[in-house]
Amino acid sequence: MTALNTQPNLDRPDELYARLLAAHHGLDDAQSAKVNAKLVLLLANHIGDARVIDEAIAAAREDVVTESTR
Amino acid sequence: MKTYTQPRYGYARAADQDGAAARKPVAIVGAGPVGLALAIDLGLRGIPVVVLDDDDTVSVGSRAICYAKRTLEILDRLGCAEPICERGVGWNVGKVFHRDALVFQFELVHEPRHHRPGMVNLQQYHLEEALVRRAHEVRGVDVRWKHKVTGVAAHDDRVDVTVETPDGPYTLACDWLVACDGARSPVRGMLGLESEGQAFRDRFLIADIHMHSDFPPERWFWFDPPFHPGQSVLLHRQADDVWRVDFQLGWDADPDEERKPERILPRLRTMLGPEARFEIEWASVYTFQCRRMKRFRHGRVLFAGDAAHLVSPFGARGANSGVQDADNLAWKLALVVDGRAGERLLDSYDDERMAAADENIAASTRSTDFITPKSAASRTFRDAVLELARRHPFARRLVNSGRLSTPSVLQGSPLNTRDRDPDFPHGDGAMEPGAPAADAPVRGDRGPWLLRYLEEGFTLLAFGTVPEADAEALARGDVPVHVVTVGEGSVDDVEGLCATRYAARPGTCFLLRPDQHVCARWRAFDRRAVEAALAHALAREDR
Repeated sequence: MTALNTQPNLDRPDELYARLLAAHHGLDDAQSAKVNAKLVLLLANHIGDARVIDEAIAAAREDVVTESTR
Repeated sequence: MKTYTQPRYGYARAADQDGAAARKPVAIVGAGPVGLALAIDLGLRGIPVVVLDDDDTVSVGSRAICYAKRTLEILDRLGCAEPICERGVGWNVGKVFHRDALVFQFELVHEPRHHRPGMVNLQQYHLEEALVRRAHEVRGVDVRWKHKVTGVAAHDDRVDVTVETPDGPYTLACDWLVACDGARSPVRGMLGLESEGQAFRDRFLIADIHMHSDFPPERWFWFDPPFHPGQSVLLHRQADDVWRVDFQLGWDADPDEERKPERILPRLRTMLGPEARFEIEWASVYTFQCRRMKRFRHGRVLFAGDAAHLVSPFGARGANSGVQDADNLAWKLALVVDGRAGERLLDSYDDERMAAADENIAASTRSTDFITPKSAASRTFRDAVLELARRHPFARRLVNSGRLSTPSVLQGSPLNTRDRDPDFPHGDGAMEPGAPAADAPVRGDRGPWLLRYLEEGFTLLAFGTVPEADAEALARGDVPVHVVTVGEGSVDDVEGLCATRYAARPGTCFLLRPDQHVCARWRAFDRRAVEAALAHALAREDR
């Protein structure tokens, strides 16, 4: 059984998406990258479950990583 | 150097240079901290040992400075921790700053009532001097200065060593050769062996300065401080009012330019303020590497310390792990030389210390990855952690300015006996098979600390009585086990901390190896079980 919930779990998905974009408003690429990194660290600590985080990392890399760079 | 004058021990002609080729049980190459610790340990165990060194003095300049609690306990066993602790600067607190703010503070030892502090800072040359003095005291230790090894021929039954001296060359044959000859290990090269790993693309300036200051004896580490923007800085206090300052310079820095005083002084002035008065003792520009040999035992030649494995300095894991190599090897080599254990016992040195080296390399690589990010993504995460750490406690534990040396728990060791009783604790300082024995305050005829009561050989640490006949039988074995009774016997657990630290109940017993590592534990004494665990710890039975 997988630990990571990838079924719909958000009441208002469009609003969440808009808030994520708004978090990067007025930032350059480096600042945006840092906000994303902080967000990952904050959420990873909140989740705390290494299995969930590992599965999320694997899911995030999926389709990004091609055979040649894996 | 202004605060220190190197001793000169001088060349002396050895008797072997005049007669036929001498045969020694053990020869050690390199009179650094690892070679000297090993020689002292073997000498105390009654094994004659020759130490060959190409120089006639101690190490020069900025080398190791931090000796961890476990190393000090080993040096206690060797009879030379006292002068080192007296001369050195004991400390227990590390502080990490980001820009101008304290973000993280850690303690090396979390509870009071330990004999030795978390760490003692002392220049390596002082440590080596103390070890040389001790080596000269111990019978059977023959340190030969200006005897430079120039050739090694390893055979099935012996190793022939060619030694160059001011009087010309001679040959020395030994049963076992231990190379403690440092990161560049000439012996390793002579045997065509390699130490493999990675070099980090960063440069660091290390400046040892002489300065009177009331700065606390703590380790201070800065990421991106106002006085050295964009890079890290580390500050340590050493003996004789000497301070170690370590500036990260980046890969593009020119090492020849950066070691010039006219480049170093402005950096120090910016850091310490215009009113600070100091003098530079020693400065050097370094790059760091993590490497290890594929095996540490090659037949009759064994490798220890930096010759066998190399780490970056963040974490103080170089000299500390080297002394622990010596601690691990000495008793095994002594038993093999005596004929009381088979050569297979030496393979456990390989197993145990390679696992320890991997642990140290992993810890030091992770620290270096944090201090010297290798990619844009790792730099982003590093900076994100540091910014979060200013406000959020969880991120402080991710800040990695070096995870300081802790002794390896030899969990996967082939010498350990698997627990039979199910209710023992594991991990996090537990006295499980493989763990080094914890010290604790006690009362008894050998003084106020438990480790002083452990014997040179194997010890059965018993929380409760062991029948006298059994204790006598164990002490009479060809490899004796001495029973030390805590509570109502030889050692009084006055504060109850022995029982706490060992999670002991009445009847609980621990079998401790000569290097003070636990190899078996039981909830009740059983002589057969102790004898079986002893045979196992000597690699006597088939695996």
